[in-house]
Amino acid sequence: MQITVDRDTCAAAGQCASVASALFDQDEDGVVLLLNAEPSEAEEPFARRAASLCPARAIRLIEE
Amino acid sequence: MPIATESRVVIVGAGAGGLTAAEALRNEGFTGPITLIGHEPHVPYHRPPLSKQVLTGEWTADRTHLLDATGLARLDLHLALGTRATALDITGRTVTAGGELIPYDRLIIATGVMARGLAGVRRLAGMHTLRTIDDAIALRADLEAARRVVVIGSGVLGSEIASAARKLGREVVLIGRSRAMRLGQVGDHLSAQIEQLHRDNGVAVRSGVTVTDAIGGPRVEGVALSDGSVVPADVVVVAVGGAPSTDWLAGSGLDIRDGVACDATGQAARDVYAVGDVARWCDEAGDAVPRAEHHLNAVEQALAVAHLLMTGKPSRAIIPFFWSELHGTRIQAYGRFASAVPLETIAGDPADHRFVAASRREGRITGVVGWNMPRDFRDARTLVDQSPAVTQEGVPS
Repeated sequence: MQITVDRDTCAAAGQCASVASALFDQDEDGVVLLLNAEPSEAEEPFARRAASLCPARAIRLIEE
Repeated sequence: MPIATESRVVIVGAGAGGLTAAEALRNEGFTGPITLIGHEPHVPYHRPPLSKQVLTGEWTADRTHLLDATGLARLDLHLALGTRATALDITGRTVTAGGELIPYDRLIIATGVMARGLAGVRRLAGMHTLRTIDDAIALRADLEAARRVVVIGSGVLGSEIASAARKLGREVVLIGRSRAMRLGQVGDHLSAQIEQLHRDNGVAVRSGVTVTDAIGGPRVEGVALSDGSVVPADVVVVAVGGAPSTDWLAGSGLDIRDGVACDATGQAARDVYAVGDVARWCDEAGDAVPRAEHHLNAVEQALAVAHLLMTGKPSRAIIPFFWSELHGTRIQAYGRFASAVPLETIAGDPADHRFVAASRREGRITGVVGWNMPRDFRDARTLVDQSPAVTQEGVPS
């Protein structure tokens, strides 16, 4: 799986960093920072949950 | 009991709740047939930008699609768009949609709400509601040529539309029946701040009045208010809430008084579940709680129902999360807010227009709200997570 984030779309809600702190963080303005674009298999469910719960749909997952 | 792989899942409603349910079932390993029925002709789209980037013209409509064509194809759905469900037979386990009888083994209802109008007020040309992408495109087109805009509604949607119209440089009057501005589950705690934010950004706020008539014809020229005054307008937007789309369930045997009544796991009847704006879930104690109309609530409920179908296990109780952006100010709320207890500031200062505030009940923090302080807000969320009062007992207000 490959993760991409759109920092222009990000609404700084912090959902991703709350549900998948190993993959996402926020800068000082709250805008998403991608920590790891290639999650391990064990981290994939967290990446999916973060993408679903992103209010701005700013996280895209490319599966396989 | 987890579902068998050959089970037929039918989802009625192709918004965030319906699509997320389908997506989550696939993510949890379900390989059986999924039919997703949507009455709009459009592929599933994201509703929150409609009152923000789509209205201001920053985004075109196709940027709101929840999945691109590849992502949608990967889900391998039988997608029935432009198809309206008209009946449910719980005993025979069929949905009638587009004149056809569609059998199901598990049904997920995610039909959302329809925008309410103003009772007793004529609807003239230039008067709008905002719920669908078509509504947003029509309103956007009308705002182009408008100079004066009246927005009716003291909830978050009215505030967001007023904010977007100001960004376009229009004169905006925001009219609310209630004296207080409300913000999702935060209720009216931040009413004074929101009203001030509107005024600071050039929105004229008229609260505590109702609209008694539309002036003009065939095109609207203004609205008459209960205090006898008339507010001129080229465009009028009515944002006074939604009515659950449950007409098609009349006679089905489901309890549809203010949405589809469900238990705390989203089950409405045998093999029938409901998620999102249309669903009214009980809390874990089995007590009725008000229906939530918010995007993330729909997503969380859809994830929980998919997990329940696949594993037989309920998910952790959903803690409400809410966000909005008004005039560039980011407002976020997490948890529950008792209406009788004032908020406590725990970071920043409301006077500086940057703060985090908490709602506390019996010593425990049940909700936090952030105003232009996203990092501190995220830190404060953990205070709510640790509070058993929120996850186990619920918070009566």
